[in-house]
Amino acid sequence: MSEEIKFKIDGKEIIAKNGQTIVEAARENGVYIPTLCNFKGVKPKGSCRICSVKVNNRFMTSCTTPASPGMEVYSNTDEISDLRKSIVELLFVSGNHFCPACEKSGNCELQALAYKYRMMVPRFPYSFKKKGVIATGPKLLKEQDRCILCQRCIKTIKDVEGRRYYAFRNRGNKLEVVMDEAMSKTISDELAKQAMDNCPVGSIIYKEIGFAEPIGTRKYDKKPIGSDIETN
Amino acid sequence: MKEKIKTILQKYNNDRGRLMDILIDLMENSGYIDDFSVSVLAEDLKISAAQVRETISFYHFFSEKPKAKFNIYLNNSITSCLRGFSSIKSTFEAESGIKFGEISSDGLIGLFETSCVGMNDQGPAAIINDKIFTNLTPYRARKLIESIKDGKTLDGLVYENYGDGNNSHPLMNSMVYNNIRKKSILLDENYERFDVIKNIIKNSSSEEVIQIIEDSNLRGRGGAGFPTGLKWKFGSRMPGEHKVIICNADEGEPGTFKDRVMLTQYNDLVFEGMVLSAFATKADMGVLYLRYEYKYMLKYLNSILDEMRENNLLGSNISGIEGFNFDIRIQLGAGAYVCGEESALIESMEGKRGEPRDKPPFPVEKGYLDLPTIVNNVETLASAVKIVKNGAKWYSSFGTKDSLGTKLLSVSGDCRFPGIYEVEWGTSIREVLEMAGADNVQAVQVGGPSGTLINVKDIDHLSKTELMKWYKPSGMMAAQKSFDRKLSYSDLPTGGSIIIFNKERDILSDVVMNFMDFFIEESCGSCSTCRNLPRIMKEKLQKIINGHGVRDDIDDLLNWGKIIKVSRCGLGQTAANPVLSSILNFRHLYEEHVMAMTDYDNQFDLGKSVSAANSFVGRKLIHKHS
Ligand SMILES: Cc1cc2nc3c(=O)[nH]c(=O)nc-3n(C[C@H](O)[C@H](O)[C@H](O)COP(=O)(O)O)c2cc1C
Ligand code: SF4
Ligand code: SF4
Ligand code: FES
Repeated sequence: MSEEIKFKIDGKEIIAKNGQTIVEAARENGVYIPTLCNFKGVKPKGSCRICSVKVNNRFMTSCTTPASPGMEVYSNTDEISDLRKSIVELLFVSGNHFCPACEKSGNCELQALAYKYRMMVPRFPYSFKKKGVIATGPKLLKEQDRCILCQRCIKTIKDVEGRRYYAFRNRGNKLEVVMDEAMSKTISDELAKQAMDNCPVGSIIYKEIGFAEPIGTRKYDKKPIGSDIETN
Repeated sequence: MKEKIKTILQKYNNDRGRLMDILIDLMENSGYIDDFSVSVLAEDLKISAAQVRETISFYHFFSEKPKAKFNIYLNNSITSCLRGFSSIKSTFEAESGIKFGEISSDGLIGLFETSCVGMNDQGPAAIINDKIFTNLTPYRARKLIESIKDGKTLDGLVYENYGDGNNSHPLMNSMVYNNIRKKSILLDENYERFDVIKNIIKNSSSEEVIQIIEDSNLRGRGGAGFPTGLKWKFGSRMPGEHKVIICNADEGEPGTFKDRVMLTQYNDLVFEGMVLSAFATKADMGVLYLRYEYKYMLKYLNSILDEMRENNLLGSNISGIEGFNFDIRIQLGAGAYVCGEESALIESMEGKRGEPRDKPPFPVEKGYLDLPTIVNNVETLASAVKIVKNGAKWYSSFGTKDSLGTKLLSVSGDCRFPGIYEVEWGTSIREVLEMAGADNVQAVQVGGPSGTLINVKDIDHLSKTELMKWYKPSGMMAAQKSFDRKLSYSDLPTGGSIIIFNKERDILSDVVMNFMDFFIEESCGSCSTCRNLPRIMKEKLQKIINGHGVRDDIDDLLNWGKIIKVSRCGLGQTAANPVLSSILNFRHLYEEHVMAMTDYDNQFDLGKSVSAANSFVGRKLIHKHS
């Protein structure tokens, strides 16, 4: 299983373990491919599409596609960068992301990617949705207009018997992620904080601590996203 | 109540993988799934209530709110609209005193819209409590509401008679007509029921069967055209004790209804195809995934399966072949087009929302319950039986070099004879139009909303701008007359939906907008691109139709149509096709609408935009902007 394979990303040789996805292998070789829905330790489900790369002139999501020997992957081309930028823009216009007022500003991966891809005015019109805030539970609140529906909370926040705290509701353009009402009342402190941390944006917020760490000194305020991976 | 729920749960061994069936039974029992039921299900299935609701809220025909005694689901697909949808809708509303989306205060009548129900040849159609009512007119709509108010039963609403063939079988009792207009080698009488199971496979090996299918070049008839022999070969080589054959009868692409006719009139051929493919791939589990809209066939189809069991055509040691064990169950869907996508279908069969899976792995490696799973369309399986019976050589005398055999077309729209036509591959669009009796044709939609909208005119004059270069519908040849294009895998591949539009139709506001609404409604919502872009593109198109568009807007649409191609499944990847295909083949319609000489929207009406604020503060507009 742990036999080594070699493939290329943008011409650079990558050494990977057999069975590894393109994203994982890239990361270990100092190549940053942006991700949003992918999360360490859980089965990937390519839903944000931001990690798309081109293989054999076809788009594939690098978080779900296993690396194979001799594969030639294109990731940092103009075409793909613009595609990623457009996906960031799509996520911005389809919600309501007013960063200066957001508890997650500076720790938000979506915001960080918008800086990385130099998003100015999105090419798409804003949808001005108002799905509102659900704040019935004692510890957590959920800002529906910030949720990018990445499923990270769905996949990672579970009780000991595997029951999920978060689930989808509806489909298509009406899709939302909601918290189980009964379970939201009994969630432990630890799990609640984990839920907030696992959310890439400011949709899951632990009540009353949002601005404990001042904006300006947070993770991506100091170093751009991906800079910890990129070696060059 | 609790007892009822527990009984249903026990029927399915408290297996959360059977959540679809549990919910369908609950719906049948109480008309909706209330909070109490959700909590019992959550507790007994050991999942959270939110997880139960995740599945419920995905499917169109499940409800968490009380439904009416008579729920009328009126089909809003494009042909329904061409044939009077709006006047029928308003008649229903006027007669019942409620709007669509509502339930009358006495709980008697509920009105809802629904996507294509597979009745395009006899639309507009409505489903009322699982029964199909076809060929609706305002008169019939009025009569239906009157009869409901008079206290008639569901069967009492049926108008004069039942349909032809098996449609009037006592277990079916449906008003649907088959409308078979042209038969060839698949539909002709040259068929002896179950002969292939009884006499042929007995004396052949699985490899031999697969070889015949490979030699016949049979390709999937569900739309994607994957070589069937190859799929079966992969399946047969997969290790494992259990393997699954799924017959995909979700038939959701607007405009197709051929699987409906196959299941009504040729179900023995279809089931025989499933047994054949099980023999070839050594599978032991069979499932027919039947779209909810075809629930009226359920009893009848189950009776055929029972008959097969009695005759040792299903069960153990089928037809005396030692160790050949295989049975078939029918899984109902609950109203979701995306569940026709094979991996979404499998998710749905496992009791989840129908969200397509990432590939690889493909179902044939890891499908239902992670078992090797072969998914085939209804027509593919039926064709395989005829091929094994008559030989690959026989089959290859029909069709063209790259597309052998025949294809069932579901023809609807502006023509005199909508219905099923079995044609040889290589038939041109012009010939199809002649068969169906269509004149004055402006456009033909081949392959449903996800397919191609072709123009009666030459296409070589059409735009050759930089932006158009990347968009190449399969096998397009620039200098060809459009209507002479041929149905084949190299030119116009299709799952068989053919919708005809005459010159009176408004392509952009009637056709393209309807198709975009369809994709917006039916996306599973998982991909950022497919969830958002169809809506954004539709709004842009609306802007153009309203006369506020500029040339850049057309280019935007083309560019955005490119972004959506990175979506996970075929639904998202083709969701922009109505726009892209109409820009390619009907660019003049866009050009007519946009303001040619400007590059910004100069029709902004300041007065109108601030009128609400003005009236609020009591201010008058000083000078009028033009
Ligand atoms: C959105 C979507 C809907 C689909 N709907 C159907 C369907 O209703 N029936 C069908 O047979 N195939 C449908 N397909 C294709 C299936 O995924 C699959 O390719 C097919 O069932 C394989 O059978 P075949 O090889 O015999 O065609 C659909 C695909 C997509 C992407
Ligand atoms: S709440 Fe956060 S983690 Fe959960 S789906 Fe939304 S964005 Fe993702
Ligand atoms: S493309 Fe659309 S329907 Fe397919 S998985 Fe993505 S969101 Fe769902
Ligand atoms: S990170 Fe790969 S699709 Fe989201």
